[in-house]
Amino acid sequence: MKNENIIQVKDLTKKFGDFTAVDAITFNVKKGEIFGFLGANGAGKTTAMKMLIGISKPTSGEARVAGFDVYTHPEDIKKNIGYMSQKFALYDDLTIKENITFFGGIYGLSKNKITEKRNELVEELGLEKVVDELVSSLPLGWKQKLSFSVALLHDPKIIFLDEPTGGVDPITRRQFWEMIYKTAHEGTTVFVTTHYMDEAEYCNRVSIMVNGKIEALDSPKNLKKQFNAESMNEVFLKLARG
Amino acid sequence: MSISLKHISKSYGDLKAVDDISFEVKEGELFGLIGPDGAGKTTIFRILTTLLLADEGVATVAGYDVVKNYKEIRNHVGYMPGRFSLYQDLTVEENLRFFATIFGTTIEENYDLIKDIYIQIEPFKDRRAGKLSGGMKQKLALSCALIHKPEVLFLDEPTTGVDPVSRKEFWEMLKRLQQKGITILVSTPYMDEAALCDRIALIQDAKILEIDTPDDIIKHYPKKIYDVRSDDMYELILALNKYEYHYSVYPFGEFVHYTDKRNDFNPKELKDYLENKGQKNIYVEPTKVTIEDTFMELAK
Repeated sequence: MKNENIIQVKDLTKKFGDFTAVDAITFNVKKGEIFGFLGANGAGKTTAMKMLIGISKPTSGEARVAGFDVYTHPEDIKKNIGYMSQKFALYDDLTIKENITFFGGIYGLSKNKITEKRNELVEELGLEKVVDELVSSLPLGWKQKLSFSVALLHDPKIIFLDEPTGGVDPITRRQFWEMIYKTAHEGTTVFVTTHYMDEAEYCNRVSIMVNGKIEALDSPKNLKKQFNAESMNEVFLKLARG
Repeated sequence: MSISLKHISKSYGDLKAVDDISFEVKEGELFGLIGPDGAGKTTIFRILTTLLLADEGVATVAGYDVVKNYKEIRNHVGYMPGRFSLYQDLTVEENLRFFATIFGTTIEENYDLIKDIYIQIEPFKDRRAGKLSGGMKQKLALSCALIHKPEVLFLDEPTTGVDPVSRKEFWEMLKRLQQKGITILVSTPYMDEAALCDRIALIQDAKILEIDTPDDIIKHYPKKIYDVRSDDMYELILALNKYEYHYSVYPFGEFVHYTDKRNDFNPKELKDYLENKGQKNIYVEPTKVTIEDTFMELAK
């Protein structure tokens, strides 16, 4: 992890009519950091994340992501980040090979680069035998690992993961986290939301949103100390229940 | 027995969704089906609620056979499916009244049973169900599943995608319903919720791995587990996996859960090995077994 800030957010705010969904949040994320972005349902996480990935204009405040301003250069942000969510992953009725080729094309990679990346990825995930099968035939855990790798095809500076491991079995969930560690180790910043509080403990630092505001931000270890709690789950319950 | 399954199997084409599963749930018990997506949990629910016929085996619910007496079962059970299945265009109150009417009762008659839960969404009773937040939908669905005073309640992943605060509240509601004598079969992919059940069945790939109380399941774990930590998690995991005596290595929050092949394992040796690998601030201490450790050991 380096000291350079890859995400800089200051007083970022989003209002929908009278309702303030995100209320002047301020934080930085370092290059190569695994940053956990937590909060109860409806706390404003998704709205905040949408602003950071350049698909929603803030009402006020500042944010720079991967070196680009969210107001003026949202398209550059999109080129420099990867995004994966549990809900949207891959096309079920395309084969594994076709999915990789398709997303490689979307990201603007050359034909040769796509082939190179595809071979690399298929080998690393051990998918050689099923590369021409439909994605729908893969077990959920494999789909998640594949879609994570696809989101990294264009070597983004930051990868945003929106509840990536929901419903996945415990062993696959851990393999997934090992992939996250590896990615961060190689210098890609990981920005992740999750409802699994044990997963919050994998992160270098964690922020917790309550009613549109960031109410806590530190390493899991320090947060547990600060809230006199044994686990992140306890920290979360103390904070979110007021 | 409130629920009984004997040698139940179900396939969809080539895919075996439930493979020779047997278990029993006692009257008034809070029983958990714990397993990931695709394990077969929903298929079991659909067979028990008479929405799907098993290929093989017999099952009874509240004393009724799921095939022969399916109509009686429908009057005696409440079912909350994993996907929100109420009428999005009806209001909160209309949904509840609809389900009460279908079962030949009224909201007023069984209000006592749902009061704790319904009171939290009553201020929004004129809002359409489709416009509710996740937590409120969940409470309405539970109210609708309870309005005819069922003997057995089936809850298929009621807390999936729900934040820890709402999850905790939901489990508190379940405990109160259990005290009113309702038998509850609940499924969840969250291992930490397993500890809140009287008994659990761990399930993966259409098969039951183990059935017992949460405490006993933990006791059956065959190894001693150690928490291991250092300054560089990624390198630590790689180094542990290369250690010739390692039995299992799983990231577990801020630690790695490590077990060793040897019975006379000395943590000092592991520390020395890690130090040689360039790891810093190494911590190796025994730790408590969790249900998730057991699950992974059984699923290996």
